[in-house]
Amino acid sequence: MATDRRTDIGPPHYERFLPPIIKANYGKWKYHEILKPGVMVHVGESGDKLFTVRAGSPRLMGTKRIRKFAELADKYCGGHLRFTSRHNCEFLLTDQANIDPLIAELAELGHPVGGIGAAISSIVHTQGWVHCHSAATDASGVVKCVMDDLIEYFDGTKKLPGKLRIALACCLNMCGAVHCSDIAILGVHRRPPKVQHENMKKLCEIPNVVASCPTAAIRPAEVNGMPSVEIDEELCMFCANCFSVCPALPMADALNDGISIWVGGKVSNARSEPKFSKLAIPFIANNPPRWPEVTSAVRKIVEVWAENARNYERLGEFIERIGWPKFFELTEIEFTKQHIDDYKYAGLSFKRSAQLRH
Amino acid sequence: MADSQRSTPMLDELKKGPWPSFVTQIQEMADEGKEACDQLLGLLERSYHEKVGHWKHGGIVGVMGYGGGVIGRYSDLQQEYPAIAHFHTLRVNQPSGWFYTSDALRTVCDIWDRHGSGLTNMHGSTGDIILLGTTTAELEPTFAELTANDFDLGGSGSNVRTPSCCVGPARCEWACYDTLDACYNITMAFQDELHRPAFPYKFKFKFSGCPNDCVASIARSDMSIIGTWRDEIRIDQDEVRNYAKAGMNIERDICGNCPTKCMAWDGNEIEIDDSNCVKCMHCINAMPKALRPGVDTGATVLLGSKAPIVEGAQLSSVIIPFLKMEPPYEGIKDLAERVWDFWGEHGKNRERVGELMQRVGLGNFLEAIEVEPIPEMVAYPRDNPYVFYEEYFEEGDGEEEEEQ
Repeated sequence: MATDRRTDIGPPHYERFLPPIIKANYGKWKYHEILKPGVMVHVGESGDKLFTVRAGSPRLMGTKRIRKFAELADKYCGGHLRFTSRHNCEFLLTDQANIDPLIAELAELGHPVGGIGAAISSIVHTQGWVHCHSAATDASGVVKCVMDDLIEYFDGTKKLPGKLRIALACCLNMCGAVHCSDIAILGVHRRPPKVQHENMKKLCEIPNVVASCPTAAIRPAEVNGMPSVEIDEELCMFCANCFSVCPALPMADALNDGISIWVGGKVSNARSEPKFSKLAIPFIANNPPRWPEVTSAVRKIVEVWAENARNYERLGEFIERIGWPKFFELTEIEFTKQHIDDYKYAGLSFKRSAQLRH
Repeated sequence: MADSQRSTPMLDELKKGPWPSFVTQIQEMADEGKEACDQLLGLLERSYHEKVGHWKHGGIVGVMGYGGGVIGRYSDLQQEYPAIAHFHTLRVNQPSGWFYTSDALRTVCDIWDRHGSGLTNMHGSTGDIILLGTTTAELEPTFAELTANDFDLGGSGSNVRTPSCCVGPARCEWACYDTLDACYNITMAFQDELHRPAFPYKFKFKFSGCPNDCVASIARSDMSIIGTWRDEIRIDQDEVRNYAKAGMNIERDICGNCPTKCMAWDGNEIEIDDSNCVKCMHCINAMPKALRPGVDTGATVLLGSKAPIVEGAQLSSVIIPFLKMEPPYEGIKDLAERVWDFWGEHGKNRERVGELMQRVGLGNFLEAIEVEPIPEMVAYPRDNPYVFYEEYFEEGDGEEEEEQ
């Protein structure tokens, strides 16, 4: 092998990609303003103005579309653009007159502009059936349907009380770390793994498999004279950790896989501390291609919050103010046994006071 | 050649509607002649009918000398969809803050058009550029072209995962430290740990410039570095009055939302008791022209957040309430290495740092990483009396000392 093989060089240094106005005002920005949905201006101590146009993206992009974004950046932004932590594409402009022509071209290309401030931003999500081995639902498809349905809260046609951050993970591994989102859409398995005894010995290390189970539901067993495992199905909580270490324990099951909905999480420290999302709807069956039960459930939650929340109040803060019983009443979601935690520290989530609304 | 006659009635439904469609993206690349994309549409249509995925676990695939950065992926219908029988992912370490020039993007596109499906994620959940779908034989040539153009692979498996950061001082007035520099510096310092898995499980760094935490570091990183300040919020009273004149209800929406009620508005001036401010950012978020973070800035360093697998989800916990964030970031590097030493010795297979902290107890963990316990680390002191003491006195203890 050639000796000039380069390794461990790390990413290209970001300074190479910063536009001149950012280099000139780096660390010296004074304030920003939202000019209209999806458009903001940052003003430097120097008085320099940098305009940002935020466009929604499907996250899964072909090189053809990326080249198109590059062309738009050349035409309007001196060749500069960036992406956000939620997969939006941000075009960085110095000439305010370029904003509307850019938005028009983005619209023609099918990319709505929005998602800044008190709005829904793009949905952080995972690979789903497009590319993942452990998915309990598709990711991109559900996201597409939910965003199609809520588009007016992205592009500013309709107002929201505060930020709305939705995220989707297609299984409990949560590559999308959805557990602190205003609304989390989470793929769930509901059937214990089906043991492929004939594959166990060649694909898996049995002690590892046994150790992987957080509830000790997996025991070594000899089946048909071959080393394998047996599963105490009553102890299985469908985490799929065993499948992660052992492909001979598939979890996916068309009849039992589906989606759960969680609400009220946040990562920002603004006003209240960061918090986890809590269970709103334990299970909705997969219904491709448009998942209508999921989109209507999400819409209902968004509308209840939009109608009743105070200024700046995130969904979780709103629910804490009105109380969970009221949340279930307003959203008309049935409260079930599944809503009550029964894993570690479950008792901390029980109501332990007489402070109730009657 | 792509088979443009492929029937995908269910996926076609996802080309409709106002939000940009991922199906259209795959179709565009199929129309460019990418056979893999055409077969991917076929496979995905089948998943939509059957309500189940058709991908198998990755085997060990990668580039020479690295133990991560490539996710092996195989279809379980290899006969029917041979062009995606192997469909591996490369994670490419993104530049800090996800800034690009159009030329840099085109360079990545050129490489990926030559060696893979042409499909990407901009970006993956951890922050990398995701190059989605190629064969084992194309991995090394792709890597050679990437590195020739100054790009490198990111992390996967039980290693340091690709660090990521918010837009920081590049375009945000709230950045309390240089997140882009810190992210780049730490990434470069730990290239070996990033490319060669040697930990019990993954370890993530995320750098947020202020407590708004735009990269969700407190929820998604083993080490969360969140910008903050320890002096006074800067106030421009004229601009405060302008917000009031424009209709903002400062009493209700700003003071009323302050978590420690450390603000007062008399109709003319806003007053802040900074000694009682917890740096939540709400008032600053609401009035960016009038209020700004202080100038004695740094970061709060927290440890241990993670998604549920396996022992349950966690948020990060405070370890260092305030740390000045200046190159070469020795405070961050030293802490990381002390954590890794203890975790490497005591962590179980697939146990994240946050789970180890729970298992051994935060007190013991702090002792192991040589950090003194302080009240900022807890929401409240313990409320159960089962205290573990490691030593006790016996009759006669201390007599020897007296004799000496």
